Amino acid sequence: MWNFSSPLISYGDNALEYLLQIRGKKAFIVTDKNIVKLGLLKLVTDQLDAAGKKWEVFDEVEPEPSLITIKKGGQAVAKSQPDWVIGVGGGSVMDAAKAIILLLARPDLEPDALSTSETYNFRDKARLMAIPTTSGTGSEATWAIVLTDTVLGRKLGLGTPECMPDVAILDPVMVMGMPPLITADTGMDVLCHAIEGYTSAWGTTITDGPGLIATRRVFQYLVRAYKDGSDLEARREMMYAATLGGMSFGNSMAGLGHSLGHALGALFHVPHGRTVGMFLPYTMEYLINGSKETTTKYAEMARFCLGASGDDKACAKALIAAVRKLAKTLAQPLSVKDCGIDKAKYDQAIPELVDRALNETMTITVTRIPESGDLSKMFTYAYQGKPIDF
Amino acid sequence: MATYATQEWCDLFKEALNKNTAWSEAAKTWEGDFYFVIEVGGPIKKTRYMYVDLWHGVCRAAEMVTDTSKYKPEFVLQAPYQIWKRISTKQLDSTQSIITKQSKLTGNMAKIMRYTKAANELTNTTAKVQTEWEE
Repeated sequence: MWNFSSPLISYGDNALEYLLQIRGKKAFIVTDKNIVKLGLLKLVTDQLDAAGKKWEVFDEVEPEPSLITIKKGGQAVAKSQPDWVIGVGGGSVMDAAKAIILLLARPDLEPDALSTSETYNFRDKARLMAIPTTSGTGSEATWAIVLTDTVLGRKLGLGTPECMPDVAILDPVMVMGMPPLITADTGMDVLCHAIEGYTSAWGTTITDGPGLIATRRVFQYLVRAYKDGSDLEARREMMYAATLGGMSFGNSMAGLGHSLGHALGALFHVPHGRTVGMFLPYTMEYLINGSKETTTKYAEMARFCLGASGDDKACAKALIAAVRKLAKTLAQPLSVKDCGIDKAKYDQAIPELVDRALNETMTITVTRIPESGDLSKMFTYAYQGKPIDF
Repeated sequence: MATYATQEWCDLFKEALNKNTAWSEAAKTWEGDFYFVIEVGGPIKKTRYMYVDLWHGVCRAAEMVTDTSKYKPEFVLQAPYQIWKRISTKQLDSTQSIITKQSKLTGNMAKIMRYTKAANELTNTTAKVQTEWEE
């Protein structure tokens, strides 16, 4: 038995008007100061005002939200007692909203003690909504929550299926202003989610569809969105691709690109999408060198998304080449060296990078599970930009 | 060979786990003990409690317990017999079983998630123990 969950998705031009029809009297909005400054929050509160809803704002979420921030949010939402908790922002904000609504139901809860086994029943008090402003982490369509323990310097991958948002609003007006670099970083995250979700060892027919379509849309629209942020069609399709990517990996599991990317990001503070996108082709090479099953899936993807032809291995390699070509077009790093990381510091960090990657769930939900030796080699090759040949 | 969730089985499991160098390496910093609870249902007429104590890459104890006040483990993982069988024979991933509420974990999940490799090797070891399953 496995489950597939998804929010109700209100999408398209003017999707923010969904806010006119929500029930309840008050919303508690979780966001960050940048979203406020950019005027994106006002687009949301204008709708709430038109609907006669009261609202309060907690705008203290930082990138990689800390347990301390979540606790502050918990105190604020307890005072507010809203009917809706709405996350307006990128993945960090949406994850923070998911954690904060749990504290509404359980003020005693220590965020890092969150467990999938417990039932929190926050819907006795409020519903959860996500409005993404990047394309994106797909957090609007997953129940995962990534927080940071700033005291121990550690990322915590938490979550409970209850935290799947009730509603996700995908309105392209929220992403039109993304600068090219963020468009590229978050777009590569979408690609990684989609490809890894499609090929996850935990994947099924039900999770394949979103991953396949998301991949195709990324190849069709990401460069357009990067080069011209006012391209409405490109922005809209990338927004949908981000959510589909979230649905795919969120209901299966991400893969090795995420394992290695998380490790690097935690130690060297490189943005998430940039790291996972950079490692993606190396991990794909590792998988095609040892997994017939994943090679076949990459080939299917290449034929559908790129019109590739030939045997499975040739098509799988074509997909990897397309990923690298896309990254190059977007001025994304093709190697760890391109990220500006000092080699001596990196080499010294490899044992810790390996240890972190080894203990990510994503490392065991692939069809060729690496041991520490292979991970060490992958990290080394990725520094130099050397294709994986083992 | 031994019947699952008996002391004989625990002895085989402890021996196998302590011989699994991949597990001991992955668990070298782990400190924590468990009750694995096999719930009443199917061939199980009375709840069974398996106590397992893991410490820095060594299985210090694997013991069937009748008096649950004997230990206060950090973690409790409970599930019906059929679910334990599926997990132990690698038909069902233990993390998936928790996510889908086919099993229930009490204790800090974030700590468990930091030792994914060790948890995987523990399951691999379980699968290799020659086990008789009750019907």
